Amino acid sequence: MELLVRLILLPPLLVAAFNGMMGLFAPGYRQREWLIGGLATAAVALPFAVTVSIFLGFHHEAEVVRYFTWLAAGDLQVDFAYRIDQLSLLMTLIVTGVGALIHLYSIGYMHKDPGYWRFFAYLNLFIFAMLNLVLAENLVVLFLGWEGVGLCSYLLIGFWYTDLKNSAAANKAFIVNRIGDFAFLVALFVIFAVVTDGREGVFGFDFTTLLAPETLALFGGGTTLLVVLLFFVGATGKSAQIPLFVWLPDAMAGPTPVSALIHAATMVTSGLYLLARLSPMVLQAPTAMATIAIVGALTALMAATIAITQNDIKKVLAYSTVSQLGFMFMAAGVGAFFVSIFHVMTHAFFKGCLFLGSGSVIHSMHHVEHELEHKGLIPPHHGPGAHDTPLDSEATQDPLRTNPLPYDGPFDAQDMRTMGGLRTFMPWTAGTFLVSTLAIAGLPPLAGFFSKDEILFKAFEFGLNDHAWAYLVWIVGIATALLTAVYMGRCYLLTFEGRPRWPDALDTKPHESPWTMTVPLVVLAVLSAVGGFLGLPAVLGESWIHHWLGAEYGGPVAEPVHELHVAHSTEWGLLGLGALIAVGGLFLAYVRWGRRGLDADASLRRRLGGVYRLWAGKYFVDELYDGAVVNPVVEGSRRGLAPFDQKGVDGAVNGLARSVAGLAGRLRGIQTGVVQTYALYVVLGVALVLGLMLFV
Amino acid sequence: MDLTLNWYLSLSAVLFTIGVLGVLLRRNVIVIFLSIELMLNAVNLTLVAFSQSFGDVSGQILVFFVMSVAAAEAAVGLAIVIALFRNKVTVNVDEISLFRG
Repeated sequence: MELLVRLILLPPLLVAAFNGMMGLFAPGYRQREWLIGGLATAAVALPFAVTVSIFLGFHHEAEVVRYFTWLAAGDLQVDFAYRIDQLSLLMTLIVTGVGALIHLYSIGYMHKDPGYWRFFAYLNLFIFAMLNLVLAENLVVLFLGWEGVGLCSYLLIGFWYTDLKNSAAANKAFIVNRIGDFAFLVALFVIFAVVTDGREGVFGFDFTTLLAPETLALFGGGTTLLVVLLFFVGATGKSAQIPLFVWLPDAMAGPTPVSALIHAATMVTSGLYLLARLSPMVLQAPTAMATIAIVGALTALMAATIAITQNDIKKVLAYSTVSQLGFMFMAAGVGAFFVSIFHVMTHAFFKGCLFLGSGSVIHSMHHVEHELEHKGLIPPHHGPGAHDTPLDSEATQDPLRTNPLPYDGPFDAQDMRTMGGLRTFMPWTAGTFLVSTLAIAGLPPLAGFFSKDEILFKAFEFGLNDHAWAYLVWIVGIATALLTAVYMGRCYLLTFEGRPRWPDALDTKPHESPWTMTVPLVVLAVLSAVGGFLGLPAVLGESWIHHWLGAEYGGPVAEPVHELHVAHSTEWGLLGLGALIAVGGLFLAYVRWGRRGLDADASLRRRLGGVYRLWAGKYFVDELYDGAVVNPVVEGSRRGLAPFDQKGVDGAVNGLARSVAGLAGRLRGIQTGVVQTYALYVVLGVALVLGLMLFV
Repeated sequence: MDLTLNWYLSLSAVLFTIGVLGVLLRRNVIVIFLSIELMLNAVNLTLVAFSQSFGDVSGQILVFFVMSVAAAEAAVGLAIVIALFRNKVTVNVDEISLFRG
């Protein structure tokens, strides 16, 4: 097992180092795209193969692999140890499996990018960090991975760093994540204080010790609440929940495969993984669970309403991700951690597929853009002067560029309003996108139907067992599920159906993407079609994922004990309701956007008025944070700290340097360069010493 | 009037002081060189005077050493002065100083 874990962890790290170093020091290597991309993909495919082999031979017994002691001081002794159990295996399968597909996809997507080598080095480093996160046996190694994925996310959001907007988005993601990480660290300190206080011997944050009942008994009710809430704050940062979700939509500035891998399939689900891993502890803090569920429900609803109004295809998917993450937190909040992991998995399939599909669309729309530029129908985007004012979009607002477009503003390859009718040009992309859209909308029997329905069912069941607030969560969940079907239907219909809306659409035709991009799409689409059968609802059969993860079957994920069970008839009713909502939402989307195209947006805007403006303005959360936190900090720094730095700190440093220089200038007079002067000093010195000896 | 040790030492001190002042004040390399010799010989005089006064011959032996080293030093020093003079056509130390003050 030791060797196998090495084989999982080390290939991504080594290839990341290799590609990074070779790219850095051997410029000729940067052109060898197939070598770089192939190595990087293999470095993720190999761990996937190894994980599959472990998975197939796994006998429901957690195994801990210890390599060496990392930190040791007093009562603290942290080992570099990894844990192979049902939960970590499942997460590793998702990370390496979806990761390998997205690496393969990136080979085609990043073609001819000058930073090709850099991209794959970062991506592999991310896989390494993410594997550390999910395989860690203790919270400190987990935190290492936690910070590592944050770093890689930062590097990849700001991948095209020459554009100031992208760097700003990367900074935003990093800083907002730091807030959550701070809470995570505080939680670690509290745990250490409590555990070393009540227990003999060294403590290394290992899950075996931490989650043992006698250790959990050391925590009082208040302390457990505090720790779980702090972990939840950490999770809201990484998994983009209220109040720290603002970074994720901006993170779409990165290349689309990054959005698919990091900001949809894997990294953003690490908060859920953390809660599932700590599920025995979370279950002891009912107040914290209510908070988690309610925050998740609010986030889900809020993001879903925003997603309806967005026109950038990646922004729709980004808000959809936030919304789906909210669903997962709803599940975690009602104690159904295994369901949240189930949704993490199905979401990785269909959202990965959707993001990759949007990448394929953007890829071909870029070709359309170049062709239009070539024909002179829109002014060049990358020509001289185009990048003079990257933050000022008005600079590119040329009448030629805007006139034939159905909106004000420059041609944007990501804007759904310039798309339309892409199905005939890109059948593979359209087909896979449709499957995953139906899956996320929750159409039976696709993956999203089962996972989302199980979440709603668990919320309902929790409400039945004397937690009245859970009914509220359930209702919000139902509403959000309907909205999900609507906005995803809109997204698909505006992009792939109807008439083409870009300028000169008769002669300028987009093309289907190369096979490296369509193969991952097809694989993910198949998975999002059939992935749901791993977690069948109780009335239909045995839920594999429950048997795999659940504590009552020997798994690591605990769950609350329910006295009251939902009647079978009610369960059937809930299933039917879920299916009805999905069909209804999709039908609604078809009636509006399928028939009327962009006019449906206009009529929606008219009809909803202020509410629509609130949604389109993203609830003005960014503006609120800018006004309440960012601007005061920036202004305060400018008014208070900058003068202090310039006058106080710099003055002290420069003053010291100046006084030394002045003193040295005066001392320099002694050094005449005439040997006789020096001899005179010697004589005077001897006279002085002699005088002292004789007369004192 | 007896020639006591003090007379020798006083003469030696006067000679040594003349040598020091010569080194410090004169600008001619040859004269500086002579002044150094003067100091060496002032010390030699002291050594001989003490040697005779204490009846210990080791002081006089030391003087021979000093004289032989001084002779070697004079040979090397004069060679340097000649080489300098050939290059710079001057023996004024102010004009051949290469240190920058």
